[in-house]
Amino acid sequence: MKLEEIVHELKMDVRSAGRNLAREVRGGYASDLLSDVMANAEKDYLWVTLQIHQNIVAVAVLKELAGVIIVNGREPEPETLAKAEKEGVPILVTQLPTFEIVGRLHQLGFRGTA
Amino acid sequence: MGKDDGFGRVQELSYELKVGEVMTTTVITVAPDNRVGDLRELFRANKMSGTPVVAGDRLVGIISIEDFIKCLADGEMDCPVRMRMTEKVEVLYADEPVVHAIHKFDRRGFGRFPVLDRKTGHLVGILSKGDIIKGLLKKLEIDYHEEEIHHYRASHIFEDILADKTAIRLKYDVRGKDFENAGASASALKKTLSRLGFHPQVIRRVAIATYEAEMNIVVFTPKGQMLADIHPDHIEVKAVDKGPGIPDIERALVPGFSTAPEWVRELGFGAGMGLSNIQKSSDKMVLKSKVGKGTDLRMTFFLYR
Repeated sequence: MKLEEIVHELKMDVRSAGRNLAREVRGGYASDLLSDVMANAEKDYLWVTLQIHQNIVAVAVLKELAGVIIVNGREPEPETLAKAEKEGVPILVTQLPTFEIVGRLHQLGFRGTA
Repeated sequence: MGKDDGFGRVQELSYELKVGEVMTTTVITVAPDNRVGDLRELFRANKMSGTPVVAGDRLVGIISIEDFIKCLADGEMDCPVRMRMTEKVEVLYADEPVVHAIHKFDRRGFGRFPVLDRKTGHLVGILSKGDIIKGLLKKLEIDYHEEEIHHYRASHIFEDILADKTAIRLKYDVRGKDFENAGASASALKKTLSRLGFHPQVIRRVAIATYEAEMNIVVFTPKGQMLADIHPDHIEVKAVDKGPGIPDIERALVPGFSTAPEWVRELGFGAGMGLSNIQKSSDKMVLKSKVGKGTDLRMTFFLYR
């Protein structure tokens, strides 16, 4: 499924890199610890987190993630958005908490690495 | 950039490229006073299905093959173009991104749009779907060649250097507490290794380990350096700093053990997984540290395991 379909389906707000929504998403990972994401997320995964500072972009770039979903309606910092725009990393915001958004992604058929 | 990112790149390009860069600039036009009957030869010779109508430099309408056929059916071949053209013309501007044009083609179903200069309002070109495809392909080819050249140059470097032993050393300075640039060294190294033609698996391992090492320098020390030695069969990365040092290395290696302050943890760092991530990603890890002097971390990655 493409990122733009997920954005539409789960009614998320796109905050950066709207040009890169045609990317195919392969799965997902949820964590607020960057080391954990570095170790366990995979290429083309969607990352669900409540972190909003700019280091999430560095991690997303290094792991070649499809995008970052920020939960609880938290707004990413301006520096985060500037960096994400530059690096082409889509940042999406959902009003839902992690548990709920991950549940819905699962319903859409997405899986992590089990 | 991976090969499977192709579609994303085309999308990106459709934002970067402007209509003016891909349009056809030699436009065949007719004047409002031309006879409709004269269009037949014009359309046939140029394989066109419509053409802009221009008075002076000004676009005043567009006349299509459909208009021509209706005129023919009515037996009014001598009628001036002015009487039969569509006056309300949908146009594009030369400074618009190509993606606007794509949307417009989708919405309107027209075969082509006249292109105007936004300032003067003059007709400067015409755009068909074919022009867009040609423009995108040309740009993609240029991009591809540029990356190929980088890749080619870099991946042959070891073959081209004549020496008993060859190594390339890359040095990156890392500033402590600079969370803005944290991860930049790991990113730069990753890109370089990819140009040098290393296997993605190896690059991934190096990226994870160097990111963690870089983060340790950023979080705990005033400054440090990352030194990557690239050999034909292995990569060694040293992360050195003159920070506070690690009092108990054995404990520091236990997954989950962390001395990071609360504010760093709130940023998502300091989970106590950095060193164990490095250990898992590298083939060999040697950690030396003296309290008050600094830390010296060496990571080795073999290319053929």
